Amino acid sequence: MTAMKRWLLMLALAAAATTHAAEAPNVAADPALEARVNALSAELRCLVCQNQTIADSHADLAVDLKNQVRDQLKAGRSERQVIDYMTQRYGDFVLYRPPFKATTLLLWLGPALLLLVGGLLFWRSLKNSQSAAPAAAVADADARRAEQLLAADDTPR
Amino acid sequence: MKARLFVPLALFLLLAVLLAVGLTLKPREVPSPFIGKPAPAFSLAQLKTGQPAFDPAQMRGQVWVLNVWASWCAPCREEHPLLVEAARQKQVTIVGLNYKDDPRNAEEWLRKLGDPYQAIAVDRDGKVGIDYGVYGVPETFVVDREGIIRKKHIGPLTPEVWNQDVLPLIQKLKG
Repeated sequence: MTAMKRWLLMLALAAAATTHAAEAPNVAADPALEARVNALSAELRCLVCQNQTIADSHADLAVDLKNQVRDQLKAGRSERQVIDYMTQRYGDFVLYRPPFKATTLLLWLGPALLLLVGGLLFWRSLKNSQSAAPAAAVADADARRAEQLLAADDTPR
Repeated sequence: MKARLFVPLALFLLLAVLLAVGLTLKPREVPSPFIGKPAPAFSLAQLKTGQPAFDPAQMRGQVWVLNVWASWCAPCREEHPLLVEAARQKQVTIVGLNYKDDPRNAEEWLRKLGDPYQAIAVDRDGKVGIDYGVYGVPETFVVDREGIIRKKHIGPLTPEVWNQDVLPLIQKLKG
């Protein structure tokens, strides 16, 4: 029984080792190229799993696109050319960092705009409450009555 | 009278409308940059042996549909009867792009489910798929007589999509 268990364990380990080995060939012999591939992949969106870059994703398409990036860089294309290649096929959406242009103005400037509006509203309400403060003061009659009450009851408890 | 009292309500309604519109958007459907552009050129072997390589340039002069499919793709199975029926009624010429598939599985699939395709280009490594901006099968392109892509549908074709969007466009393009 234990012998068989050991056998199974060895088999499992061997299987694990081979599956791992099968994923290995993607690691390029050229570390400089691989660094460029990784940097560029981190700028490209995986279209299957939209909140990941193709560097993060293990989806089939992401792996294909990453290979495409590697092939093109290897062929001597520049980063700019690879980005253009991708946007021609998948649109601006493939860029993890959206470009700054007319259709994305609100996206880029929206937060600043909100901050500005919020700040203005805050400043206005602050000013209003300051100018409103004297008006909220106790009316004369009430003040006099309060003084009388205080004066009437000054025996210590 | 007290207009200020209604400001929160107005803001809430604005937010509700924005969120309601947001619910109807489909973020998975990335707008294709190919609409109105020429269909990318390629030349691929056909699935059926003995046929010459397929090149989109051969389709010049007719309106056609490029359907990207694979035997491993479940939604393809869903839309397939629709394509078979469209081909039977000769509504349009349908060309298949067999995407990252095992040809044996693809042939088996067609034997079982029917073959609506006039030609099937085999894109074994998915390179042509990338050229067409394919990111999820099935995808369907409508190409006009001049070889310009006029429409792209992502995901399985449904009778509604086919009858309300795709077919009217094809008929318009055929003139």
